[in-house]
Amino acid sequence: MASGTVTSSEYISHHLTNLTFGYHEKTDSWRFVNTDPANGELALPHEFGFWAVNVDTLLWSIGLGLLFMWLFRKVAKSVTSGVPGGGQNFVETIIEFVDDNVKGIFHHKNPVIAPLSLTIFVWVFLMNLMDLVPIDWVPYIFNEMGVHYMKIVPTTDVNATGGMALSVFALIVYYSIKQKGIGGFIKELSFQPLPKIFAPFNLFLEVVGLLAKPVSLALRLFGNMYAGEMIFILIALLPFWAQWVLSVPWAIFHILVITLQAFIFMVLTIVYLAMAHDDH
Amino acid sequence: MNINLTIIGQAIAFFLFVVFCMKYVWPPITGALAERKKKIAEGLDAADRAERDLKLAQEKAADDMRASKEEAAAIIEQANKRANQIVEEAKEQAREEANRVKASAEAEIEQEINRAKEALRAQVGALAIAGAEKILEASVDEKAHAKLVEKLAAEL
Repeated sequence: MASGTVTSSEYISHHLTNLTFGYHEKTDSWRFVNTDPANGELALPHEFGFWAVNVDTLLWSIGLGLLFMWLFRKVAKSVTSGVPGGGQNFVETIIEFVDDNVKGIFHHKNPVIAPLSLTIFVWVFLMNLMDLVPIDWVPYIFNEMGVHYMKIVPTTDVNATGGMALSVFALIVYYSIKQKGIGGFIKELSFQPLPKIFAPFNLFLEVVGLLAKPVSLALRLFGNMYAGEMIFILIALLPFWAQWVLSVPWAIFHILVITLQAFIFMVLTIVYLAMAHDDH
Repeated sequence: MNINLTIIGQAIAFFLFVVFCMKYVWPPITGALAERKKKIAEGLDAADRAERDLKLAQEKAADDMRASKEEAAAIIEQANKRANQIVEEAKEQAREEANRVKASAEAEIEQEINRAKEALRAQVGALAIAGAEKILEASVDEKAHAKLVEKLAAEL
């Protein structure tokens, strides 16, 4: 939808701008983001501080999360140990897939891990799936309704992936302390990989390693989805009759990517939590 | 790539979804899965057992059949023997009865003959005497007639 009045860079940056709402210091007001002078006073995304929310990210992620909960709850309520129907079959397949993975990696008793993994896998998958919706459809509809920015893929927002990664990190720390005690946890961080004499160095190394876990979790998913989205945006800049040549193969390839990324996020979470439970 | 409050919101949403999933989604479905697993295992077990039972029952039925056939054959044989015996007995009885009847009839006939002989003898005597009287009325040749009477009595 590269219309004549919009330049390529404007089109790209427009598509990469979240619908941010928050305190804007320059204009000293609470307001939505705006990068187009034609739509009134400017409020560029980077001018918002921490006290802002990406309304589109929250809207779509929570909406998709609710969809996931509703779907699975519906099945769970009418679940039968007899012959399962279509919906139950589908849900059971996913649950067994997740359960197999959890059982293969995580060998401690913890009733949280499996549901956590299921939530991560399905939720992340659904959020990634929005990437396959043609990139101009939803923003166009919202634009017609007067909302100028709408990123419908929550996982292309580092806040979404970061929020999940932070939660996972909290769980890692929580379970490490719960399993080994605060002393045991610090000991584990300090007394390896080098002998005890190098404790400060070890501690530094291990803390960096620990912090790298959530960061890598968040950035891996974000980076993959952001890059994928970017490619779709670039393809959308082509003449409309040529787009399918690239967008169709990329979309098909992306089906693999979004599933794989959801799977990786889930598996790494399980691995990290299994490590948190293991005594070294 | 602006980090802002969204990250906290996302974490809260994530937490709530996980809790919901843990409470209301995971347990019923995995419960049903486990239950179905058990059911299938039981079903297979039952099928195995039924097969075994069937085989046993078939063997037992065959045994029973063989036993009853043997029994039936024995009973028939016995019945045949008994029938022959009864027939033999009946024949024997009949023969004895016939003999008995014949013997009594012969005895009766003998008696009857004797009685008739006696009666005849008496009557002949009387007749002879009557004849003698008649003859005596006409011409009595005591000598000739006495001979005659004696001869008559001896013949009877």
